[in-house]
Amino acid sequence: MELYVNLLIKAVFVENLALAFFLGMCTFLAVSKKIETALGLGIAVVVVQVITVPANNLLYQFLLKDGALAWAGLPEVDLSFLGLICYIGVIAAMVQILEMLLDRFFPALYNALGVFLPLITVNCAILGGTLFMVERDYNFMESTVYGIGSGVGWALAITALAGVREKLKYSDVPEGLQGLGITFITAGLMSLGFMAFSGIQL
Amino acid sequence: MTHDAQKVVTDPLLDNNPIALQVLGVCSALAVTTSLATALIMCLALTAVTACSNASISLIRNHIPSSIRIIVQMTIIASLVIVVDQLLKAYAFETSKQLSVFVGLIITNCIVLGRAEAYAMKNGVGLSFLDGIGNGLGYSVILIFVGVFRELLGAGKLLGYTIFPLVSDGGWFTPIGLMLLPPSAFFLIGIFIWGLRAWKTEQVEKSEYRIHQVHRTEVL
Repeated sequence: MELYVNLLIKAVFVENLALAFFLGMCTFLAVSKKIETALGLGIAVVVVQVITVPANNLLYQFLLKDGALAWAGLPEVDLSFLGLICYIGVIAAMVQILEMLLDRFFPALYNALGVFLPLITVNCAILGGTLFMVERDYNFMESTVYGIGSGVGWALAITALAGVREKLKYSDVPEGLQGLGITFITAGLMSLGFMAFSGIQL
Repeated sequence: MTHDAQKVVTDPLLDNNPIALQVLGVCSALAVTTSLATALIMCLALTAVTACSNASISLIRNHIPSSIRIIVQMTIIASLVIVVDQLLKAYAFETSKQLSVFVGLIITNCIVLGRAEAYAMKNGVGLSFLDGIGNGLGYSVILIFVGVFRELLGAGKLLGYTIFPLVSDGGWFTPIGLMLLPPSAFFLIGIFIWGLRAWKTEQVEKSEYRIHQVHRTEVL
């Protein structure tokens, strides 16, 4: 149990996907103008992450890994080079299914997320989470926890940035820094703040 | 025609830079720039993928049903990235270890999909290929800029050769540790954008609110 709590805290704070690994930066910078949309997108990312990381973990453990096909009588087959295309396929399919479900059952949330939902497919935080899971060779339980943690961490970061930017628009920023420039510097300062967690040994 | 082609390649370098203006593909730009060597390999890989994916998507653009075009594009891009990934593992194993997951993340790099969607779906094969090269180079400009500063100021080296002798080796230069940490990449790109926009003022974004100096008489 302790292992999982550690993993969760590490994924949320110490190894924050957005601020320590710069994943999902495009959406992170583009969709962080309002707290509500940022929060909605954050929740969508958490949901997708929680589904795709364990799903890809099963795929990796039982189909792609070196020797994973032993149950099918093919112990020497190594399909790990097919990984990338399989993972992105799973992610695209999951996002598509999620989109249909939301459209059918939660139209309000569907309308609020709008164009950002399909864009989650190309959000590097999602694929990044899966690739880190593969690289660190998590088992099924660990990857579920990692999926939750990394999604929540990303959602936390984008909501916090949106909060800062809502205040920031009233301030007098030098002309050339207006918009994107100042957002980068703000994100840099936030990342500096999150580095304070990096000393934590769990 | 030649003029057009030249414009397609040079435009994304500074006038319509994918990172600084279109806000595409920022993720990897920040993560792989701790040393110049990894940044260069990444630039090469991304330019190759963007150019080839643009060309092949443009080739079949009239045969893709629009409802499933994203999946088709993703499949093409993912296959190209697998090729690049395998090549790197075969010929530059050390660097590919350092790049870790970021080669795979070229798939979700918005530059590749963005250009495929915005340019390759509407233009011919030759021009799309050049557009891919141009945008890849525009991405490279920023990566090299950030990479040079981070490696030089963070470790006193460029491509592994010592430029500033370090204090610990009897030289004069105290390395700035912050440069090797994530936040510095944000600051450097922010400053780059500032510089670029101070020079090319038409790229400046309008602020949503302006604080006006209100004269007393106007209020009353």
